[in-house]
Order: sequence, then structure tokens, then C-alpha cells
Amino acid sequence: MSTAAYDVVIVGAGIVGAACADEFTRRGMRVLVLDRDFVGSGATAAGMGHIVVMDDSEAQFALTRYSQQLWKSLRPQLPDDCEYEQCGTIWVAADEEELEEVRRKHAYYSQRGVPVTVLDPQALRQLEPNLRDGLSGGLLVEEDIVLYPPCAARFLMERARKCGAQIRLGVTVTHLGQGFVRLSDGAEITAGIVVNAAGAWAAELTGGIEVKKRKGHLVITDRYAGFLRHQLLELGYLKSAHSVASDSVAFNVQPRRTGQILIGSSRQYGAEHREVDQQILRRMLRRAQEYVPGLGALSAVRTWTGFRATTPDKLPLIGPSTGDKSLFLATGHEGLGITTSLATARILVDAITGAKPEILIEPYLPSRAAKESVHA
Amino acid sequence: MSRDSESRFDVLVIGGGPAGIAAAVRAAECGVRVGIVDDNPALGGQIWRTGLGNAHSDDAKRKMWSSRLPPEVMAFYGTRVFDQAAAGKLLAEDADGVRELCYANLVLATGARERFLPFPGWTLPNVMGAGGLQAMVKCGLPIRGKRVVIAGTGPLLLAVAAYLQKQGAEIAFICEPAGLVRYPGKISEGLRLKKALAGIPLATKCWPVAAHGAQALESVTISRAGKKENVSCDCLACGFHLVPNTELQALLGCRITGGYVQVDEFQQTSVSRIFCAGEPTGIGGVESALVEGEIAGLAAAGQAARARQLFGKRRKTRRFTTILDQAFRLRPELKHLPSAETIVCRCEDVSYSRLQEQQSWRAAKLHTRCGMGLCQGRICGPATEFLFGWKQDSVRPPIFPARVASMG
Repeated sequence: MSTAAYDVVIVGAGIVGAACADEFTRRGMRVLVLDRDFVGSGATAAGMGHIVVMDDSEAQFALTRYSQQLWKSLRPQLPDDCEYEQCGTIWVAADEEELEEVRRKHAYYSQRGVPVTVLDPQALRQLEPNLRDGLSGGLLVEEDIVLYPPCAARFLMERARKCGAQIRLGVTVTHLGQGFVRLSDGAEITAGIVVNAAGAWAAELTGGIEVKKRKGHLVITDRYAGFLRHQLLELGYLKSAHSVASDSVAFNVQPRRTGQILIGSSRQYGAEHREVDQQILRRMLRRAQEYVPGLGALSAVRTWTGFRATTPDKLPLIGPSTGDKSLFLATGHEGLGITTSLATARILVDAITGAKPEILIEPYLPSRAAKESVHA
Repeated sequence: MSRDSESRFDVLVIGGGPAGIAAAVRAAECGVRVGIVDDNPALGGQIWRTGLGNAHSDDAKRKMWSSRLPPEVMAFYGTRVFDQAAAGKLLAEDADGVRELCYANLVLATGARERFLPFPGWTLPNVMGAGGLQAMVKCGLPIRGKRVVIAGTGPLLLAVAAYLQKQGAEIAFICEPAGLVRYPGKISEGLRLKKALAGIPLATKCWPVAAHGAQALESVTISRAGKKENVSCDCLACGFHLVPNTELQALLGCRITGGYVQVDEFQQTSVSRIFCAGEPTGIGGVESALVEGEIAGLAAAGQAARARQLFGKRRKTRRFTTILDQAFRLRPELKHLPSAETIVCRCEDVSYSRLQEQQSWRAAKLHTRCGMGLCQGRICGPATEFLFGWKQDSVRPPIFPARVASMG
């Protein structure tokens, strides 16, 4: 390791790459970060910035909850433009079946120490008067957070830079692994460890990993302070948005600190172009208006798309790659990259330095993929 | 707010200024079904509706062209095209709802807007665009007895000065950064304006460096032949030439080079059956817009031979376009007007110093929120392009803010 130019080269300056750069430098390692564009220019720029605890699986819960706690402890240091707000999430139940899911979720979160409150229709209405009539209730998850991801990524990267990390932007990596990185101009940079944090493009740099692009759309409105107070999601989200087979939309809206409303969400496989897809956008906006009819009268100022890095089992790939001892992965975070970036960096660096981790890395190890694909 | 109101046209014209009106008139003459859409409550465009052209000849032209618009042409006022639903189908919004406008041929006559460049104090109340101030005076803003400084560059400034003076304003000073103040190319027009503005202090190689005032504008510091002087005033009318509106063209995939929409001899863009006329093809003023509009309207209606007859006339007006371009080129000194604290993006309050750290327009948008406000970067985009050389982002729908219900 001592002959290499850097201890660690991280490819990708999104929120995950930034968190890793911050963590590695804090442990005294010589770090270089490379990105073909600028800090937070990929999925980090496109995402909602919803720091949310999720319970699709125990492993997902552990990672999201741990990471949320890390965000909370980081809060005092985050600059104002990160727009950190602990606005909480309300999972909205539209019918009795979804109310059952509210109760299950309530039990699950409560048992694990996450503060949650079941809302009856009146309580729901009181908290969010712009939701439509006739909903069955909801679950308030009080500690969920909203922030502005590009600035959070920049903060982490700046902190790493101040501790000695080097950052080269606007450079394209054509090869990584076997202890070095090659740039498009042919230059090679050696490193003891190479981290692939290239998000949805990770598979283009590391063959054999199952990371695919999953396209999403978002719409943002003009400023309407107080129109919504919590991040609102439908519970059908679990049924519809995670279906792997087809394009889907779900009601998922967020009040920004500016008073703007961010309207999501959509998920599409196999769509590689960045253009806004009229059909899916329309479906997404109609779904949102079904829940919040008043959204229709608000002025939308901008739409955009982005690509999530998805894996077959919906868990990220964190840890050593299967074939190359010097190559580590930190990708495949799907829609939870902002949430889980800090925990990803912690457990990755813990694993590399031999420190005792707060949560086990095993469920996220890239080596699990071989086993998983047997069941898939 | 339903989408059931759908209309079909052989020739659909977007923009109701001189180019759009001329296109609609000539297309309608060919007996095809024509529609014209404008986001203002009346046709005329910035230039005619606000009386910016000002000259009697312009007024006559406006009346003549407007009277030629037959009643069969369906006009949509207060209507904004914000997206395309599919090829050949635009989505537009008015106060009542959303509308699908279907076309076989499309003429884009979307005009231009003023370019603003930031300098200390430019966001103070009563610092306005030259065209904007004239439009406000036309709408009833009292100007009589007010001291007005006119500054910047572009074909509108002298006309605005003459108009404001006629409305009783005291023109305190006209400063022009270009080496020669003239109304390029048009001698009679130039003489008329010169005569109208006789006695008003007018300087070249001169530009505003700062505007001052506690609550609103009180005075302007100008740089004149390398020296700074202070001029007290109530109003500063200030614009730095014009920026073509090309967002719709970009959304529809028309090729844009150097900021202008590329067209062939029939004013057809790189996209078949989509034509473009007027300022988006090059800032050329009313004469140029009219003849381009005529050609586009005829060609869109399938009358290529008749369109061809106007090529000679267009050639003459294009000379004027080139002169304008050269005369009103922005001086490099204007890049150094903002101080660290000067706001560049008014919608999101982003200062110059924050932008200096950024490497691209997109990076600036995401890290500082510059260009993320209601104007969608229409003001700060061209300013940062000049200040930092940043290329604009891709255009995405909605190209104007639109109601969520109209989009979904």
C-alpha cells in the first residue's frame, strides 16, 4: 500500500462517494476522489433527500435506521443550505388493508425503538388538511428527515478536502481495479484500495455486478408555505413501486423548507434516456392529485429525471468485490442513497480498518449476490 | 381543467408579434386553417403592443398587418404553450384550463426578451428594463416629471428614451457602452430620434456601475470615458440588448447554434414542418421579423413559390441583423460590474461570489439554486452565460410554469 500514490481512490463524487471520502480521511488515509462531472451531479442531484427509515427487510431497517442516527448527529455541523428539516413522514392508508399495514409497521418500528404514532382519519386530517377526505388513517414516523442532497454532498466533500482528501472533477475513469484507476487520457493512478461509488453507472466500470438503472421523475412547484407539513407516502408504495416487472408510480410528496412541494415518484426499468416521459409524468401527477386534490391548482416550475442504482434484492452492495481484493463497492442504493450514505461509509471503512462496526456488514456484501440469484 | 378542448390546424403560429401576425396573415391567404397563440391578452408582441417601435411608420404597419388578419384565424390570447403532448400536439394553458393544440405545420415566432446584467444595486426598486419601463408607462405608471437615466445597449434604448420624454419624463442621461450611438442602418429613423432627444446628455463608452438608494433608487454611478460620476434619478431604465426566446424550439428538438435557431431558406428549422421567424433566428427588428414571418407562413401553407418571391426582401433586412449584432456586442468591461455581494439570481437571491466557485450552469443550479426560481433562469441564465461562459442546460417541460392539473 505504501508504494501506491493514494491509500484510497474513490470513483464517484455523489453522496456515497462524498461520505466515503469523509470517513476514510477521518481515519487518516490518503484519499483521492474522481468524478466525471461535479460533486453530487448524478442521483444525488435528482433525489428527494428523504432520510427515511424503511422496513422491507431487517437489513434495510438496520442500515436506514443507523444512517438516520448518523445524520441526526451530523446536524449541528450541516450548513444552512443543506435545508435539514425533521418534518417526519406520514405513511397514508387509503383503505382497511393499508391500515393493517399501518398497524404492522407500528409494531415493527416500536419494537425497534423508532418513535411512531398511529393516526386515525381525524388526526391525519388535522396534521395534513390538504389530504383528501375518506382516507383510513396513517402512521407518523417522527424522526424522518428531509434535506437538500447536493449541498449535503458538498459539505462532506469539503470536510474531506480540509482533512487532506484530493478531489478531481471532470475526469472520466475508463478502468478501475487491480490496484489502479485509468483515466480517459490514459493516465493511471495507483491505490491500495479502489472504491467503486459510481452509482447507477457502477456496472459499467466493474463487470459482473448486478446494478441496473431505474429511472425516476420528479416535479417541483412554486412556493406554497404550509401547504404540506410532512413527507407523505402512500402505503400502496410498497405494492406498486417495488414491483420489478413494470413501470410504476406512487404518491410521494415532500414539503421543502422553501415552501415548494416536491412531487414524486416514478420507477422505470430499461429507460436509459434522460428525457421526461409524458405518460409516466402524467400518471405520477394524477396519482398525487388523487391524494392531495389541491395540488392541481399549484404551479409546477420544473421537472427532471434521474437514475437510481438498483440491485435484485433491493439492498446496496457494500464491501470487497468478489474477484479483486483491492476493489471495494459502495453502490446499488436504489432510492435510499441519501439516507444510507453515512452508514455505508462507516461500515465500509470499519470493515477495511478492522474496526468494530455498529451494524453487521454481511447483508450488504457483494458476495451475497451469487447466493441471492439462486432464489431470484 | 380537462384536456377535452382540442384544436387542429394546418398552420399553427406561436407568438403574436410582427413575425407571428405576418405568418398567420400569409398562411390564411392560402385558404388553410390557421391558429395563432400568444401569452398576452392581445396580439402585437413586445414591440407593437407596448409601442416600442414608436415611429409612425411602425404604427401604420401594425394597423395594416393586424387588419389583414382574417376572422377565420382562430386566436388564443393569454395562452401559454408549456409542453408537447406528442409529435404534432402542443399543450397550452390559459386562465381556465389546458388545451391541446394539434398542427400539421408549426411557425414559432417567439420573439426576444431583454438581457439584464447584474451590477451593484440593480435589484433596487425603480431599476427596470428599458422595454419593461416603457410597457409599464403604457399601462399607466406615472412618469411625468420623473428623472430617468437610460443605460445599456440595444436597438430599443433610444426609442424608449424618446417615448418616455414624450410622456413627460425628464431624461437625465443616456449612456451607451457601444462606441457609436446611432440607430444602425436606418438613417431617417436615427435622425428622427436624434432630433427628438436633442439636448439630452448622451455619452458613449459609458455604462452604469452601481445604483444607489435606501428604499428605492436615488442615484446611479456611471463610468464615462474611464471616470465615474454620479447622476441622481428616480428611475433607471437599463437593458443589454436582447435574448431570443428559444425554449420551445429547443423542447421540440430544433437545432440551435450560437443561441439562434437554425433555419433553411423557407424558415424551416432542422425539424420538418416546424418553421421559425423573427428574433429567434437572429435579432433583426420589425422589418426582418415581418418578412421572415411572411415566408414562414407561406411555406408552412405549402406555397413555396410565393415564399420564394420574398427572398430578396429578406436579404436586405438581414444586413440590418448583422449590423445590430456588431453594434450591440457586449463590452468585456461589463463582465466586471458585479461585486461579490451583487445578486445575480433574483428569484433565489444568489450572489456573484457564490457563483464564482461553480464550474458550470448545472453545478451552479444544484449547489446555489441559481436559476431555480419562477423565471426558470430566463434572466440569470443569459447573464451567467456572459459573465462565466456557462452553457445553458437542456430544456425540459414545462417551459413556463404550469398548473399541476394541466400537466397531469
